[in-house]
Amino acid sequence: MSAVSTGQLEKGSTSTVETPVREKETKAEEEVDVPWQVVVHNDPVNLMTYVTMVFQRVFGYPREKAERHMLEVHQNGRSILWSGVRERAEFYVQQLHGHLLLATLEKIS
Amino acid sequence: MAISCSRPWRKSVDMEICRQADALQISDLDPFLAELLRQIPESADAEGAPEAEARLFSKPSAEKEMCAEWESYVEPELRRIFRSATQTVAADLAQLNGNEKSLRNRTLRIPLEHADAWLNTLNQARLVIATKYKFSDAELNDHDRSPTGSRRDLSLFQINFYGFLQEFILREMNGD
Repeated sequence: MSAVSTGQLEKGSTSTVETPVREKETKAEEEVDVPWQVVVHNDPVNLMTYVTMVFQRVFGYPREKAERHMLEVHQNGRSILWSGVRERAEFYVQQLHGHLLLATLEKIS
Repeated sequence: MAISCSRPWRKSVDMEICRQADALQISDLDPFLAELLRQIPESADAEGAPEAEARLFSKPSAEKEMCAEWESYVEPELRRIFRSATQTVAADLAQLNGNEKSLRNRTLRIPLEHADAWLNTLNQARLVIATKYKFSDAELNDHDRSPTGSRRDLSLFQINFYGFLQEFILREMNGD
């Protein structure tokens, strides 16, 4: 970000203030605002009951919801488990990896 | 619950598995199953197997920058979690130390507070074995194959046996 010189302000010459670089700021804001999603991918080794338990534990989902997501992973190859801010999404993916599930973090386009 | 794995085999192997107040107990262990249990920590070790290592520490994203950060900051913690779980299981398995004769009808007691470590380590072992042998989906769904044919058959049996233990632990944890 550009800075304004004190000397310039004292002289009342506001016209010399440099224009802030708006383009960069806008990009940074977009990165913060863009929601992310936590995706779990199918894995033929992990047991269905185990995957359900992990979804319940990591996301606090009731069993029925956890089972729905588990079946979606099993049948469609992937399921979006959660979406929201990046930091939280990263936390969930880390938890899922800790339980050895195949999980990724994706920007919502 | 009594488990008999005799159907497709020439020789049957058995064990009893039940829930106690604060532990899961596997008793009347056949030496063959006891040996498979003793192999859990070793089987969970992905060292020297890059594909298995890649499966245990899978990438969190297609973005290179994120993956690099993950490798630096998250992977060390995941390694610590996996190592800790394996050490807990290895310590429990010390109950099975001994020769084949002394293992006959031996009992293994798994404290319920170790259940998570067991689930994690059994999963590590199943994933590492499956990746090393590149089992197909059809093979992974073949639960009746005899373990006596080849090393590959034995490894598939290991995956199924460890999966059975996972199912039992999960059921007891859920109170089903």
